[in-house]
Order: sequence, then structure tokens, then C-alpha cells
Amino acid sequence: MQKLPSWADVVLIPLINLVLAFLVSGLVILYIGENPVHALEVMVNGAMGSTRGWGYTLFFATNFIFTGLAVAVAYHASLFNIGGEGQAALGGLGVALVCLAVDWPFWWLALPFAVIGGALFGAAWAAIPAWLQARRGSHIVITTIMFNFIASALMVYLLVNVLKAPGMAPESAGFPEGTHLPSAYDVLGVFGIPFNRFAPLNVAFLVAVLACIGVWLLIWRTRLGYEIRAYGKSEPAAVYAGISPVRIIMITMLISGGLAGLMGINAVMGEAERLTLDSVQGAGFVGIAVALMGRNHPVGVFLAAVLFGALYQGGIELEFEIPAISREMILVIQALVILFTGALDGMVRTPLERLFLALRKKGAA
Amino acid sequence: MSEAPAIELRRISKAFGPVQANKDISLKVMPGTIHGIIGENGAGKSTLMSILYGFYKADSGEILVGGRETPIPDSQAAIKAGIGMVFQHFKLVENFSVLENVVLGAEEGAFLRPTLAKARKHLTELAREYEMNVDPDAKIEDLSVGHQQRVEILKALYREANILILDEPTGVLTPAEADHLFRILRGLKAEGKTIILITHKLREIMEITDTVSVMRRGEMTDTVKTSETSPQDLAERMVGRKVLLRVDKTPAQPKETVLEVRNLGVTDSQGVQRLKGIDLQVRAGEILGIAGVAGNGQSELLDVLGGIRAATGEVLLKGRPLSLSGPGSDARARRRAGITHVPEDRHRLGLILDFKAWENTGFGYQDLPKYCSGLMMDNQALREDTDAKMGRFDVRPHDPNLAAKNFSGGNQQKIVLAREIEADPDLLLIGQPTRGVDIGAIEFIHQRIVELRDEGKAILLVSVELDEIMSLSDRIAVMFDGRIMGERLPGETDETELGLLMAGMEGRAA
Repeated sequence: MQKLPSWADVVLIPLINLVLAFLVSGLVILYIGENPVHALEVMVNGAMGSTRGWGYTLFFATNFIFTGLAVAVAYHASLFNIGGEGQAALGGLGVALVCLAVDWPFWWLALPFAVIGGALFGAAWAAIPAWLQARRGSHIVITTIMFNFIASALMVYLLVNVLKAPGMAPESAGFPEGTHLPSAYDVLGVFGIPFNRFAPLNVAFLVAVLACIGVWLLIWRTRLGYEIRAYGKSEPAAVYAGISPVRIIMITMLISGGLAGLMGINAVMGEAERLTLDSVQGAGFVGIAVALMGRNHPVGVFLAAVLFGALYQGGIELEFEIPAISREMILVIQALVILFTGALDGMVRTPLERLFLALRKKGAA
Repeated sequence: MSEAPAIELRRISKAFGPVQANKDISLKVMPGTIHGIIGENGAGKSTLMSILYGFYKADSGEILVGGRETPIPDSQAAIKAGIGMVFQHFKLVENFSVLENVVLGAEEGAFLRPTLAKARKHLTELAREYEMNVDPDAKIEDLSVGHQQRVEILKALYREANILILDEPTGVLTPAEADHLFRILRGLKAEGKTIILITHKLREIMEITDTVSVMRRGEMTDTVKTSETSPQDLAERMVGRKVLLRVDKTPAQPKETVLEVRNLGVTDSQGVQRLKGIDLQVRAGEILGIAGVAGNGQSELLDVLGGIRAATGEVLLKGRPLSLSGPGSDARARRRAGITHVPEDRHRLGLILDFKAWENTGFGYQDLPKYCSGLMMDNQALREDTDAKMGRFDVRPHDPNLAAKNFSGGNQQKIVLAREIEADPDLLLIGQPTRGVDIGAIEFIHQRIVELRDEGKAILLVSVELDEIMSLSDRIAVMFDGRIMGERLPGETDETELGLLMAGMEGRAA
């Protein structure tokens, strides 16, 4: 029997969690002597009050969609991939190598290859922890998080010693003009819709939307997805059905890593147009919260990613507008949202389940 | 009026959400009697006992112990009221000694030693009094299942239980162990203890109880004196209609050998030999029943043949060798070769409980052309096929979109059975076909198995229920400690002989 109607599970609980997070954040802001209502206003306005705000919000959201989908896909096989950070960094490397390899004439020619490059490198970085889990039983949580550190060290090495362009900063050369992805300003301009010229939102957002649809098809419509879900629910039952755990772990993690790697399309190719050291900026970890809040469903991941995108963009605005609210303060607010939507989910769920049960009983009597 | 009932329940009701698990249940159990509670799975027996032991709180109604109203909010209160419970799945710490398990939760003071010394004395007295010889210093993991159960009973007695509840106590015992348990229970009764026995085995009810209550769909439908009823009568009261207790079948017409197993060996990850050279044959059109107490290698045998576990030796299916380890030995290869498998534990293996019924219909067959096109699953075809299967196997509720966990045990089993039987196997492996299945469904499942046999299929049946083995099998092989102890024909043997073989006794009793 279902304890909660699905609308309550999908909409009501995340909403209550969010409100609680904002209430506690409000108390924190009150404590440092600022007006929480004003702060909220600044945040919402900064994130969604203008095309510039939206341009940044959806740009961040694009990153989070990729890393969120990566966590979600692995979750369906009961694998907790917390290596999105490293996989996305390597994906950025793959994208950069593709972009630098050829003097690309058109972006639409470069994009498919960059997609392949990013996915391939991200998948390769997930392949080693996957193999260790599948064959040696090393826990994927441990190995993927350790691979984040290895990835970060590897990127430093590559950007300092191998890919470094002349100059001070440890970053690669700028990509050729032909890899420039059309921004929202360019795309919407064709249809005569005005959009902020400088916002980094670009066609990678559409790739992210396609990835959502692709993941939905994969998980709920393909045979592979069926086997992934079956394995995720019960390994012994999967073996009984002739599904090879090794095969499922490997394939799922490759897909998961590939999705994380695709983030490079947006962050590296779409915005920076060069490979930098901090191309991922924690998006790999935000992906975990996004998947958690989105209930590992592509639609949920999309919505949660937009929310976190708004939180990021709104946070930047807040920091700018109200000097008393420091960067660390913004982190506190973001952390509170993650805490309430992710870790403290049960705090809201259990009383709500009781409430619905009581209501139903009253309705029946 | 004579003395007050040891336990009296007055109008107990308990609902889980919209499901009314117990409805207005009233029950009186007189002191010094053995009271049986019988009912199909999901009839509410376990819920009722859990309320009595303080695991659940009743929505309404009252509990009287010894004539006095006694609220039981938790198990501590139940223990204080003198109620002891022996669960179906023992709650013992495997690597603790018997003594340590007995005192667990009843320690006194900051140091263990005085408690243990006192308990040792008390335990020896109890063991002597009730003929329950258990070494207080033995580790639980080294004890047989029958002895572990005695520890559970001793645990309850140590806590001065006057009322003992036993939930399906004989499920894991050999017939001899069950007999011993019944002797113990009679001894306890003679001492004035009150015993409530929950079981689905009619034979046990008839053998040991004084009164019996029948539960059906959350209600207590009848309470009768055991001497005034019969198994047939009880079965009908349980199900609410006429049932066939015996399996209706004609003599087997065995044909060619389908399965030939030679010198099959299995060693588990701890290095323990689970199968020690099994030889057996199953022919087309016959049912080979494997009898044995759970844990003597039957599960491993099914696992090997079903492609879940690697083994050594030789297995031929219609003369063709099957690979027993490495690639080509998995369950997918077995299904292709013509072996289908109704596993012993449908919750762990046979079903994905969170999957809908239609998703479970494709489980293990997800790459059949009729269920998929290219890389995509054909969910519509699966739904339609499930719908048809549910009709043919009378699965209730007839709803392919319902999650497997929301069906009763019997209906879950029918979903698995429909899938594996209709895959048209040469050999059907079937483990514990009616475990946790209600009587009405048992009849149906047995009939289906016999029908499949009559179609000329080979069937390997594993069951710990001797009744089931005796009535379904055309030949019976008894397993003990990873070996086949012997083969018998059902018409030429009896439970005593099979029981001896199951206990590892070579001697031919009959």
C-alpha cells in the first residue's frame, strides 16, 4: 500500500523541505542583522527577475542536470556514484581535447564530437571504480570519491605541464572560433525574442534536456533499463533472472560517468571556451543533492537542477547586493537546502504520512 | 463459572491504513490448555499475536491476562504479564552461548557474572523439569534448529512466562524434532502453562491442541473443541468453501530421461561442502520429489540446476551436457536450454517486489522476442500477456499494474508459477511451491504441477513439507547433509521411514 499519494511525495514534501530550509536560513540572516525578506527578494529577483538572471540560473542548471542524471542513473542500479566531480572534470578534458584537436569550421560539427569526447572521458574515469566494484567488491562510494582527488591532481598536472597556454594562469589555450556554441541570445534572437547578451546560457542546455529524455527512455523503456532497475532492487533476484551483475555495474557506471562528463559541453565549451582548473566548481556534488531531491527521475532532476541553479545565481546576487552576507553565508544557505531536501527528508515524511493516514481514516469512517 | 481465562481478548481491531488486519476479535484461552490458531496467510494471525506481544498497538479492544485488564504497549509489558513468544525466525545471537542468549535482556546489576551463575542454575532446573537438554555453554551457531528452538522456549520460561505463544514452530523441524517439541509442549501444559500455537498445518492442530480458533480475513470465524472437528472441516472453515486436501492424480507415465545429474558437488565460499556427490535422474512425465529438512543441500541443488551457483560434476539435459561454471552456466543459458525455475524464496529471488505484476512477468524472459523489440521492452505486450496469465492462473486481484508486494503470498506464487510454467520448459525446478501460500491456492498450484507432468514435462520438486512430497511425487529422494540418502516410491514408504532418512539414519526402518 502506498503511504502517500504520489503528488504529496513528488511535490508537497520537496516544497515543505524547501520552505523549512528558507525559514532556518531566514533565522540565520536575521541573526546577522539583515532583513530576511529583503534577502529573499534579492535572491529571487537575481535568479529569475530578468533574462540575465534566467540566463545564469539555467546555465548552472545545465551543469546540475548532467551531474544529477549521472547520480540518478547509477542510483537505479543501487550504485551511489559520488564521483561526479572527477568524472565531470575529466569530461571537460575530453571536450577540450576535441575542441583543440581540429580547427573546427562550425559549432554544429564540433558539438557531436565534443559530446562523444566528454562522455568518453567521463565514462573512462568511472570505469575504474566500476571495475573495482564489479570484480573486486571495492565499495563504489569509496573509490569514486577517491577518484575525485586523483582527477583533481591529474588536471593540475595536465594544465601546468602539458596543456598550459603561454601566460600565468594554469589553463589551456582558448578554443578555436568554430567551437563557439550559440548562446541563448543568439538562438532566441533568430526568433526575435530579446535575451541578455552576456548570460552564459547556451545550446548545451538543449543537450541536457535531450539527456533527460534519453535517461527516461533508458530507465523505463529499454531492456537494459529494466535490467538495471531489477539489479538495483535485488542482486540475488537479478542473478536468478540471468542478469549479470558485473555487466550491469560496468554499463551503468559507464553511462553515469558519461553523463557527468557531458557537463564539459556546458562549462568548458559553452562558457569558458578553454579548459581551466576549476571547471566543475562543485557541480558534481550538487548533482547528488539534485538527484536526491528529484527522486532520481529525469523530470525531478530537471526541476531540482533549475532550483539549485536559481539558488546559485540568487546567492551570487545576494553576496553582491548585501555585503554583510558573505560568500560563506551563501554556502550556509545552500547547505541548508541540501540538508533539508536530502538528509532530513524523513523528518517531514513521517509526520506527513501519519497525517495522510489519519485523514484517510477520517474519510473512510 | 470456573476460573478466569489465562488470556482474554475483547473486540480487538487493528488496521494498517485501509487494510483491516484484525476485526473485532474476541478470544478466550483457558489456563493449562493448548489453543491452536489456524488460518490462511494474511488472515491476521501474526498481527493478533504481535498485538498480544506488544509489537503493535490495537486500535481498539482490550486484553485481559488472568482476568485482569492488562494493557500491553511493548514487549517488556508482555514479558511482565507472563507472556513469552517463540518466533518463526529465531531471535538469537548466533555467536553467543545458550546461557548468554537466555539472560540477554534480563541481566541484573552492572556485572554479568552473578546473573550468569544464577541463570545457569535456573536453566539446569528448567531443562530437567521439561526434558529440554541443551548445553548451556554451546554456541547457538553450533546447535541444530530443533535445539535453537528449545533455547527460545527456555528463554521464555526463564522470564517466567505462563503463556507461551509459538508461531509456526514446526516449519523448520524434522518429524522427529517436531514430535519432541510436542512432548515438551505437553509437559508444559501438564505444569499448568498455557500455550497458543499458530500454525497452518491441520495435522498438528488435530494432534496437540485442545481447542482451535479459525481466522479468516481478519476475523475470528470459529472456535471449536479439537475433539469435535476434523481436518476437512477445519480446512473448509479456513477457506470458506470445500477444498480438496488430497492431490487428484493418475499414476505417472514416465518416458525418456530429461535430467541426469552425476556426482554433483558444491563447495560454498566458506569452504563448506554443501553437495557431496549427488546422482539423480528425472524423466519426462514424472515428478521427482526431494524431501529433507531445510538446509541439507536442496537449495544448492536447485541453485546449480537453475544457473545461480557454480558446481562440479556432470549435468545432462536431454543428453546434452550443461556447463556448471563460468560463461554459459548462468540462469539465462539455463532458460534457453529448457529449464525454468520456481525458486524456494520468491521474495528474494523470484520476484522484484517493487515491480508491477507485468514487469515481473518478463523477469528472466526480458530478452524473449515477444517481450521486446530491439533494445526496447514491449511493455504493452508484457501487460497483455500478464493480463492473460492472470486470468489463466486466477491471480487476484486481476490487476497487472499492481506492485508484486501488494499481492498475497499465494497470488505472488501464482505470478511466478504462471511465468515459469508457461515458458514451456522441458524441466521445471520448483522449490517450496506452497510455502506461505493459503490452502485454497495450494490446491490450485498442486493441480497445475500435476497437469504439467501429464503434459510430459519433467519436474524436480523440493519441499520441506512431507505431506506435499508424499502426495505430489512419483518418486521421492531424501537429502541429508548434501547427499541423497535414498530413493523411495510414495506408495511403498511412510513418514516414519522418510523421517529417519531425513535425519540421516541409513537403517531401513520399514
